[in-house]
Amino acid sequence: MDQRSSNLLDEALGLDCQTDRWALAGRVVAIEDSVETSGSFILHQLVKRALAPNSSTVVLFIAFAQPFSHYDRILRKLGCNLAAQRVNNRFFFFDKLTLQCPDVDERNSPVSGLVALYGEIQETIYGLPEVSRKNVTIIIDDLSIVEVAANGSSDYVLDFLHYCHTLTSEFDCTLITLNHEDIYSSTEKPAFLLQTEYLADILIKAEPLATGLATDVHGQLTVLNKGFNHGQMNSRNKIRNFHFRVKENMVEYFYPGSRN
Amino acid sequence: MAESVCRTLRDGGLEGEHAPALTIKDSIASPFGFDVFCHVLTQLSSFILAGKSQSRGLVLVAFCRSPSFYADLLKSKGIDVNSSNKWVRILDCYTDPLGWKFRLMGVGNLRDLSCEASSTGILCKDVKDTNKLYSSIIELGKGLVAEAKSRFSVAIDSVDQMLRHASMSSVAGLFSNLRSHDLHEVRVTASLEYMSSMVASVEPLQQLTNGQRDDSDKASLTEQNLKKGKFHVRFKRRNGRVRVMLEEFHIEQSGISFKSASSEEVTNQGLLPKVQFSLQLSEKEQIDRSNVVLPFEHQGNGKPIQIYDGRNSLMEGKHETTSVSAGNSETNEGSGGGEIIYYRDSDDEMPDSDEDPDDDLDI
Repeated sequence: MDQRSSNLLDEALGLDCQTDRWALAGRVVAIEDSVETSGSFILHQLVKRALAPNSSTVVLFIAFAQPFSHYDRILRKLGCNLAAQRVNNRFFFFDKLTLQCPDVDERNSPVSGLVALYGEIQETIYGLPEVSRKNVTIIIDDLSIVEVAANGSSDYVLDFLHYCHTLTSEFDCTLITLNHEDIYSSTEKPAFLLQTEYLADILIKAEPLATGLATDVHGQLTVLNKGFNHGQMNSRNKIRNFHFRVKENMVEYFYPGSRN
Repeated sequence: MAESVCRTLRDGGLEGEHAPALTIKDSIASPFGFDVFCHVLTQLSSFILAGKSQSRGLVLVAFCRSPSFYADLLKSKGIDVNSSNKWVRILDCYTDPLGWKFRLMGVGNLRDLSCEASSTGILCKDVKDTNKLYSSIIELGKGLVAEAKSRFSVAIDSVDQMLRHASMSSVAGLFSNLRSHDLHEVRVTASLEYMSSMVASVEPLQQLTNGQRDDSDKASLTEQNLKKGKFHVRFKRRNGRVRVMLEEFHIEQSGISFKSASSEEVTNQGLLPKVQFSLQLSEKEQIDRSNVVLPFEHQGNGKPIQIYDGRNSLMEGKHETTSVSAGNSETNEGSGGGEIIYYRDSDDEMPDSDEDPDDDLDI
């Protein structure tokens, strides 16, 4: 990956600075999208960024939505070989497409459901060499399907997210989640969505344009960087809004009206 | 004013009365309740450490952040953490609130690599049991204060998390809450507010209205709401009176700072839309307007304006007319004698009021 290509999304996330440390360490990133504007391209971009040759980040990808082949195909077009990274122990894929959680009574049982999944994640991190343990990114795709697997119990999913959050403080992991805003738009008080928004340090919303569909512009991204008492983040409490266009091998980001 | 909140907590309560309780609430539009909580926590900690507070110690019930986060926070604010085990205890409800890690270790699925030194606290493995939580808090507090009559403060960093795991009725009875009010029903937040002697709300400076604004407006408003907001506190005094105060807060790198609200922001909440030009009349403009005589309100002959009060007979009116027309015929020879006689029927009606003039018709 060439050094020069830092785009608007990288800037908004603080990934454009050339530091040894992954800028998102210890932070929670929540991505919200909708049917009109899918946000999965952001996940692909972040995976590509994390697995860049000059970075030592390890990615734990918890997949509820698609099988490995899907991501492999897409990342290959973006110039990243997931199969090779898997062999090198830089990319761990947790195929949870068929996960079924137990009933309420046995929810806290350690041998099944989300508790067992958490156990797997933590075991994987513990199994990494010391130097890699502080450079882990956990990606969950996507939360609405986790809720389905949990038989609709958002509390159970929030408990699972809480435990993943403890990993961010214990190991400085990055936690990236994807959820669909429009699923909850019909409920009066979308408590589950709000809870994930409260939990997140960085909120990325992929929305359609206010003016409707367009061929040149596929949507707009709003990146809200809440930051925290880290002190060194210059981008604390900043909002950035820009447009994007998803192409075959890349994504273009540009400010509204600046496209020639 | 945030200082007066901290001072009230520092001063504590009198013998025989409930200690002051502070509830901090926020919402997603201005999610800075936790920053306010940290500010109050560090202030109270420095009071306790300096011996200025009625409380001799602090029990921190941590749901949202790890104990090490709070240790770092206090250190960054210059509070001596080395002596912390003498005045602070942390009930760790963050690391393993439901006992998952404990159970995974039991099954052999998890190695126990992390062992946080627990000289300053207890690890709670079952937050659903509020009785156990309560007794843990009391146990920790008693461990801090030597004498039976001494008091200690309790800080809970998120009542939301407690309410997720336990029922509303079981959560009631604990002090110093922090919560987000848009996650819960009104009655839940209302009952917690009722129990608190101080309620602090963190609100955005300007509310976003749906639909009307375009994206750039919304983004700039949201950004403004992220940098500052309104801090609104309601104090319930001992004498029963309620005092309401308002301040502005700013979020900075080092934390949160408070300053008195600019009166312009507070009073300018009218119904007028925010546009570039002024829609209201100044004093001078209002006086000038009242001095304007409308064209049909005078006879053009210097006579005072007559207001028709419904009692004058038509004869008088006619008499006026003839004399006027007689008077005018000398001056307006070519006018043909046509006149418009207008008597305003009420003086206190604004000349161009919005009232529908056909209102009195019975259609």
